[in-house]
Amino acid sequence: MAISMRTAPYRVHRDPDRCIQCQVCVRQCANGVHRWDDEEAEVVSEDRECVNCHRCVVYCPTGALTISRSPLDYAANANWRKPDIDQIYLQSETGGTLLTGMGNNRPYPVYWDHLLLNASQVTNPSIDPLREPVELKTLLGRKPDSLELKKGTLAEPVPPQLELEVPVMFSAMSFGSISLNAQKALARAAIDLGIYWNCGEGGLHPEMDPYTGRVIVQVASGRFGVNMDYLNAGAAIEIKIGQGAKPGIGGHLPGEKVGPEVSVTRMIPVGSDAISPAPHHDIYSIEDLRQLIYSLKEATEYRKPVGVKIAAVHNVAAIASGSVRAGADYLAIDGFRGGTGAAPLRIRDNVGIPIELALAAVDSRLRAEGIRNQVSLVVAGSIRNSADVVKAIALGADAVYIGTAALISLGCHMCQKCYRGKCNWGIATTDAYLSKRLNPEIGARRAANLIQAWKHEIKEMLGGMGINAIESLRGNRLALRGVNLTSRELDILQVKAAGE
Amino acid sequence: MQYVIIGNSAAGIGAVEGIRRVDRANPIILVADEPYPTYSRPLISYYLEGRIEETGMGYRPPGFYTENGVTTRLETKVERIDTELGQVVLDTGELLPYDRLLLAAGSRPVVPPIKGIDTEGVYFFNRFDDVRALRSQVRHGCRAAVVGAGLTGLKAAEALAHLGLRVTVADISPFVLSTILDATGAEIVRGHLEESGVHFLLGTPAVGVTGIPAAVAGMKDEWKNLKEKYRKVLVRENRVDSLVFTDGFAVPVDVVILATGVRPNLEIVEGSGIAVNQGILVDERLQTNIPGIYAAGDISEGWDLVTRERRVIATLPNAYKQGEVAGINMAGGNAEYPGGMQMNSVNFFGLSIATAGLSNVDDPALEVVTRVDSAHRVYRRMTLRDGRLVGFICIGDVGRAGILTALIRNGVPVGGWEERLLEGDFGIIDLPVEVRRNWQLA
Amino acid sequence: MRRRVVWKEEACIGCRLCEVYCVTAHSRYPGDVLKAFKRDPDRPVPRVVLEEKGPVSFALSCRQCEEPECVKSCLTGALGVDPARGVVVVDEQHCIGCWTCIVACPWGAIRPSRGEQPVAIKCDLCLGRLGIPACVGNCPNEALQLQECGKEG
Ligand SMILES: Cc1cc2nc3c(=O)[nH]c(=O)nc-3n(C[C@H](O)[C@H](O)[C@H](O)COP(=O)(O)OP(=O)(O)OC[C@H]3O[C@@H](n4cnc5c(N)ncnc54)[C@H](O)[C@@H]3O)c2cc1C
Repeated sequence: MAISMRTAPYRVHRDPDRCIQCQVCVRQCANGVHRWDDEEAEVVSEDRECVNCHRCVVYCPTGALTISRSPLDYAANANWRKPDIDQIYLQSETGGTLLTGMGNNRPYPVYWDHLLLNASQVTNPSIDPLREPVELKTLLGRKPDSLELKKGTLAEPVPPQLELEVPVMFSAMSFGSISLNAQKALARAAIDLGIYWNCGEGGLHPEMDPYTGRVIVQVASGRFGVNMDYLNAGAAIEIKIGQGAKPGIGGHLPGEKVGPEVSVTRMIPVGSDAISPAPHHDIYSIEDLRQLIYSLKEATEYRKPVGVKIAAVHNVAAIASGSVRAGADYLAIDGFRGGTGAAPLRIRDNVGIPIELALAAVDSRLRAEGIRNQVSLVVAGSIRNSADVVKAIALGADAVYIGTAALISLGCHMCQKCYRGKCNWGIATTDAYLSKRLNPEIGARRAANLIQAWKHEIKEMLGGMGINAIESLRGNRLALRGVNLTSRELDILQVKAAGE
Repeated sequence: MQYVIIGNSAAGIGAVEGIRRVDRANPIILVADEPYPTYSRPLISYYLEGRIEETGMGYRPPGFYTENGVTTRLETKVERIDTELGQVVLDTGELLPYDRLLLAAGSRPVVPPIKGIDTEGVYFFNRFDDVRALRSQVRHGCRAAVVGAGLTGLKAAEALAHLGLRVTVADISPFVLSTILDATGAEIVRGHLEESGVHFLLGTPAVGVTGIPAAVAGMKDEWKNLKEKYRKVLVRENRVDSLVFTDGFAVPVDVVILATGVRPNLEIVEGSGIAVNQGILVDERLQTNIPGIYAAGDISEGWDLVTRERRVIATLPNAYKQGEVAGINMAGGNAEYPGGMQMNSVNFFGLSIATAGLSNVDDPALEVVTRVDSAHRVYRRMTLRDGRLVGFICIGDVGRAGILTALIRNGVPVGGWEERLLEGDFGIIDLPVEVRRNWQLA
Repeated sequence: MRRRVVWKEEACIGCRLCEVYCVTAHSRYPGDVLKAFKRDPDRPVPRVVLEEKGPVSFALSCRQCEEPECVKSCLTGALGVDPARGVVVVDEQHCIGCWTCIVACPWGAIRPSRGEQPVAIKCDLCLGRLGIPACVGNCPNEALQLQECGKEG
């Protein structure tokens, strides 16, 4: 076999003064970086397989391990950077598409970081959320054009709504892409928090039965796991058209990963490839989408909202408008930084548009068309903290979906190797040995803590602006100012420049 | 209500603790012919060796009797039992009335058919007094012969070897530990002991002990001096001098230890109407044929759950557990003894040996699997009957052998994975899931 | 009140940190892993047994049985129940290392210590050493818990 020209991207440093040879690192690394050497009678490490996930570092009881980027570099070149060269070496060896996991990591502008929030000074008093209530409750679903009262009560029932205590939900992550324990953790947290989790396109595993009260079930192009029980289990149904990390691309869960558990969940034979086609083969137009939306509504007797998830692409506003007209009760828009369990690297890094711009465009368009009330907007694609949430709401979102942030709360260290199925943190894996590493109780606590913390921070930011209900912020772009943005970008965002 | 317990060892102490689980009030009188507070009989070899002192011999801490409301009558021998009048007859002539009586007088050494046993320098190895006397007589460089290569004899041999004596062990059987080990196991143990300095004369019966003839007294002075100087043993008349075997072969010795097994102390029940066979017969509540009278420990013949018959099981764990069950029942509680089994754990010069149940029986009705690594002195033998474990030998690595013991006790079917039992890392995780989830004592 | 460490099989990841912290807690440097492993010449063996087979693992330690076979079988009286603290204890001074307890314990939860004259060692719930057992306090996946059980438990 010819020599590989790829070199180890990371270096493992073991401090011999601190290593006690307990071999915890050996057992924790599914990549086989650490191993016990019988002859040397000590633990040795092999840099090459290290993905820098920090599992060993965190578990080492004496802090003997650190990992750093390899100092080895190529001749300085602002055009041919290290990853460019490394990727060529890899493709020259494999002849294959490059795969990756999690969201786009390229240095495209992050618009959230160019948007600043307002605060009250003198003329309008700010609110102290510790003393006064600040309402974060959010209802997702189609709102009536007008309300008619008959003897003090509503003349007609309001269309079905999802009720959220905080405008944050856990985005679609299927069992298969993440472990059952990871799903359980998020599901429990969602229940504790009064929000929703999304089971993704992989169906519902029987063990998830206790958590179905707050699940959004997806219907995707592969239709995996979709049956009447599944639809009935969901608090809402989401038709997945696209995903921010890989717009225009389907999904492919290789047969090796379709073990007995995944097989029952997806309702496919053990060992068969689970292929989600790039398009839904029964949807080639808005009318077709309408067909599916109403089929699902019919099937579930109009008792639950039916949403549509699309990736943020160039003509997102038009697609959004069409989807609303097709009957979607909410629209989930996934920006180009959205996470994934596996995507072709080139697609992830080069397709789609930023969620901030997409959101502004969609909200503006729906308002202009007078149909904004007919739909709720849920945005996703790298919501990193509570400030991003507040900014998203001010830009016009009703709520956000978080995926990556949720996984990080469970222990994800962003090594971006989800597609290998060997996640040392027990998250992006279905391996029984690795999955155990995520104790759903701990995971649920951590995920719930994160959202609780965000809740406090959101209230703080709202209070600072003198706003006592998140409703009042929605689409209120006056609460935002842009910095370091071109006037074209400001126009699209419909945000004034700082100082204006 | 007055409880009387005869015997101050494992079974007697077990009974005290059993009674006190149910009845904290009524008096307990404990009679024993030995003068010491309860001590651990197996520790006598460690005492001999000097690893522990008298204060370390206690089977229970010093405050035990007071805390449990026990009146002791030590150094008092029970002559007989008057079951009609409900009295125990003591050697002092006293009559001790009882409402509930426990016979826990244990066992005594079998006296082997060897001539000249009363020669000075010949000892049994059963009671603390035996080793106290022995300890004052042995010195580095002495020669000792142990008759009987059973557990007790080998423990004595080990202790003596540690003290620097030259030790020869003789047994009629060609194998050591022949009651619990098979030939393979026995050879491993013998090899280890030999390497540790113990000599063996196996397969030939010792028939006599000869003392130093009176003539020695008239030995040349220079000889006598030498003898005193180097042997450091007082040369006295009628002191043991050699151990003689059938063929006339004789081994020169300074002390002889007799360890050819034990038998129940049945004298005390003679004429009492209490039913005996090899030992005192007891039911599953440890009661004898006479209501109110119980028996436990080495003296009793109770149920053996492996051989499925009544049998004397002369081991300490069995004695304690029987005593405890007897005590509970004496105090009006209701406990059943599921049956005991032969179970031993012992080590010689660092080599551990554990056996239980039908450890060495060869019988076509039994299935036997073994694994041996003689070089490392590791051996395992599992014996199955009807797909269930009924006995084992573990030599060299006894770690977690209790799981095997429990497999026997719980009658768990092991057919199909019996080979796994031969591996040293066999653990709870290897049990079938449903067995593992309910893993408790039967 | 009887107490013991219980394990959750589904949460045990077989990392063996329980062993590391057990050893540390019973070493000369109960609070310092590094020193316990680097400086204690008589570093003890762990009192917890990590059982592992395929993806299943659990850290087993003394069940502190209601009717402890080990105590009843102990040849010397070195093993006993400490009623005040609800745990089975070994008097290490009094143990002569005959391993009858090892052959009696249905869980295989007793081990020989290291050294010239090894004695039986077992989980003591870190009593007198730490507030909660070291294994419980340091299990990274909360697979171990201290359970207080009644008579029947
Ligand atoms: C050297 C040695 C090593 C051993 N090693 C082991 C071992 O490793 N494992 C194991 O399981 N077992 C071992 N044993 C056997 C174990 O000691 C016995 O099984 C156990 O002691 C039996 O207990 P017991 O209470 O039935 O009787 P014993 O221990 O025999 O005690 C009998 C009690 O009755 C008293 N007594 C006897 N006759 C009378 C009478 N007429 N009047 C008043 N009191 C009387 C005695 O003073 C004594 O207190 C060993 C024994 C010896 C000698």
